Amino acid sequence: MPTIRFQLNGATVAVDADPDQTLLDVLRGQLGTTSPHFGCGAGECGACYVMVDNRAMASCDMPMWSVADKEIVTLEGLGTAEQPHPLQRAFIAEQAMQCGYCVSGILISAAALLKRNPSPSEAEVRAALDRNLCRCGSHNRMVRAVLRAASEIATS
Amino acid sequence: MSASPPAPKLPLSLAANPRLSSWVKFTGEGRVAISPGKVEIGQGIVTALAQIAADELDIEIGRIDMIRASTAASPNEGVTSGSLSIQQSGRALRHVCSEVRQRFLAAASERLGVDAALLGVEDGTISGPGNIRTSYWELAGDVSLDRDATAGASAKTAAKRAVAGHAIQRVDIPDKVFARPRFIHDCALPGLVHGRVLRPDISGARLIALDEAAARGVSGLIGIVRDGSFAGVVADSEVAAEAALKALRKDATWSAGEPLPDEDDLADFLRSQPVETTVIDTRVAAATEQAARTLRRQYTRPYIAHASIAPSCAMARWDGDRVHVWTHSQGVYLLRADLAIVLKLPTENIVVEHMEGAGCYGHNAADDVALDAVLLAKAADGRPVRVQWSRHDEMSHAPFGAAMAIEIEADLDADNEIIGWRHAIWSNGHAARPGRAAQPALLAASEIANPYPRMISTNPPAANGGGGDRNSVPLYDFPAWTITSHRLLTMPVRTSALRTLGAQGNVFAIESLVDEIAALRGEDPIAFRLQHLRDERAREVIRAAARRAAWKPERRSGIGYGVGFARYKNTGAYCAGIAEIEGTDEIRVRRLTLAVDVGEAINPDGVINQIEGGAIQATSWVLKERVRFDPLRITSTSWTDYPILTFSEVPMVDVEIIQRPEIEPVGAGEAAHGPVTAAIANAVHDCLGVRIRDLPITRDKIIAAMELAS
Repeated sequence: MPTIRFQLNGATVAVDADPDQTLLDVLRGQLGTTSPHFGCGAGECGACYVMVDNRAMASCDMPMWSVADKEIVTLEGLGTAEQPHPLQRAFIAEQAMQCGYCVSGILISAAALLKRNPSPSEAEVRAALDRNLCRCGSHNRMVRAVLRAASEIATS
Repeated sequence: MSASPPAPKLPLSLAANPRLSSWVKFTGEGRVAISPGKVEIGQGIVTALAQIAADELDIEIGRIDMIRASTAASPNEGVTSGSLSIQQSGRALRHVCSEVRQRFLAAASERLGVDAALLGVEDGTISGPGNIRTSYWELAGDVSLDRDATAGASAKTAAKRAVAGHAIQRVDIPDKVFARPRFIHDCALPGLVHGRVLRPDISGARLIALDEAAARGVSGLIGIVRDGSFAGVVADSEVAAEAALKALRKDATWSAGEPLPDEDDLADFLRSQPVETTVIDTRVAAATEQAARTLRRQYTRPYIAHASIAPSCAMARWDGDRVHVWTHSQGVYLLRADLAIVLKLPTENIVVEHMEGAGCYGHNAADDVALDAVLLAKAADGRPVRVQWSRHDEMSHAPFGAAMAIEIEADLDADNEIIGWRHAIWSNGHAARPGRAAQPALLAASEIANPYPRMISTNPPAANGGGGDRNSVPLYDFPAWTITSHRLLTMPVRTSALRTLGAQGNVFAIESLVDEIAALRGEDPIAFRLQHLRDERAREVIRAAARRAAWKPERRSGIGYGVGFARYKNTGAYCAGIAEIEGTDEIRVRRLTLAVDVGEAINPDGVINQIEGGAIQATSWVLKERVRFDPLRITSTSWTDYPILTFSEVPMVDVEIIQRPEIEPVGAGEAAHGPVTAAIANAVHDCLGVRIRDLPITRDKIIAAMELAS
């Protein structure tokens, strides 16, 4: 099996993987990075989203060959309890979830949005999260949390 | 002789599990372990229960470790369902913690030589006059909690509670935001291997032949399990397990299945099956009057999928003839009971431990996958096996919420007053949960070589809120009614408990017809409801929602408003909802305004979160959701085929809580679905002048209804 190198949360990793294997399988399997969640395996729900070169993308149908030399960021790389990303702070402040299974993917979509558009409108936030499904109905709290994070970033 | 006051009784859950130490333990370093029998299913219950304990014990909530339910040690509180966790677990914990506090104060009084009445507790430190002090942890050796609770412990009055009744941050959210593994899906047990189960595409098909050769050639395969129609693989990685499953699927031969009904005529199907008929309630009018006319209306709802974002997952590990199971089931003891039947083992040989899964909205595949894991783990030589269902299987093999056909006949007098009301329901049962019958309810139990019959779903008794009949008895003061439930005795589409059971359908039907009659009378729908409700709490939630929505906003073209009301199960939370929609031939719900009364709201923000979530989920059911099938198979097996509401489609939701600290709390998780469903349907009529009585309210249905009306 070929060795595929990429950046994961700021560190270089090299994995021996079948080039057709999915990034999600490698992240959750070999690399023990569990924040990207399996939801559908077809890129339809957003639970497995990771940032690939600053764009939020499904990792469940992303073949490893396409990941080579890319910069991947998962929720683990967004921030920590000690140094939280503004989005993480905002999701706690707004209590923006019920079960939270979809949240890792939604935080990634939101982080990618704030990178390209630091002060989005509410409609822009909704549009950016439209590919992420939430079944518990916490959508509005999450939208409020993203707007709160954006305003925090703007004033800092 | 005057009657003596009734002897004080223990709360239900506590009477069943009276040992104090099974609920609360003082552990090292200033920690308190609280062990409810109810489980976190994404509803925030663990936080609300911690609040209750913190209040009664007078400790900071941060000192509390909430212990996940396990049959190894937890109180047996049955199933986490029916919006009962606050009522059952909350009441028990309030009693236990208040009694524990009193016992420690007594012990402190003895040790310090001070009257207990002079002692106070602050964050677990017990102190009194003259700077004397001790703590729960210092006294823990003196106070045995290995004793049964006694009736009559007096919990704090509402005014003295500092934590319960206030919005606090949920204890589980930081883990989920900071990517700390908390879900069962993310748990890495040492030596963990992976299993997958082969299930037929054709509904009800049985496995006739299986050529295992290709699957055996998959690198990383550990074993193949075949037991009648149950077949699966175990491998050292998920990738290998998927590859082996794919090979197995290619070389499997299945029997013909069992035909499914016509998805486009569910009412005809439901009304033509053999049924068990129960008269749920009758009210006889004091004086019989001749009806001037009778309105007869039929309302239907389709099968609805749980469609949790995560496919169901479980882990199991055998050690000789003992098995340990990790599950996101709603009832660890109930699951254990079914596993014991299938495995022919005493329950003592089985430990079932809860771990969080994704949002749970009723009896999904959590229990099924647990048996799958147990069966596959037999091939894993003592290693733990993790089994995760595919999205496809989650959307086709898990139980669905039952389709319903509801017919109401309303007798009206010459002034269009309601003088008679007949409500009849045709539906499969709404519950086929494990652990409640002599036969197991788990999917694989009907697939193994000596299969158990597939359990035909039944309805919980009316005393527990009923099933298909839930919320079918009107709260309105109609002078006469007959409510009848026809439960199907066939079950081609597997059904069990989905959030609200039959309440969503029944409230939709009742509230649609009440709205129609109000319109017929030329009356405001809110005024009409208030005229016919005697319960002041019911009236108040309707008035509160109306005030908040500034009822009724001025008419604008293309915009409609509708109202819906129910008291969940007729005994639980009161909820009124007002929908503002925008409609042409497609409906967009712009805003939902709700008022809710759960009695004492322990965590008001948690209640709001549940109501918001319920309102949004109900909107998704109403506008989009319908399990699809052809004669052979379930066809809505992906998010493309079973779309749910997206961020751009979600309405604004505004919730007002009517806080009643003096009234025992009830749950909030299922209160909004019925009222929101009806409110949207009534708003569609307000906007477009047509009544859609067949859910979901889609573009096609609206166009058809408008064509019929023109």
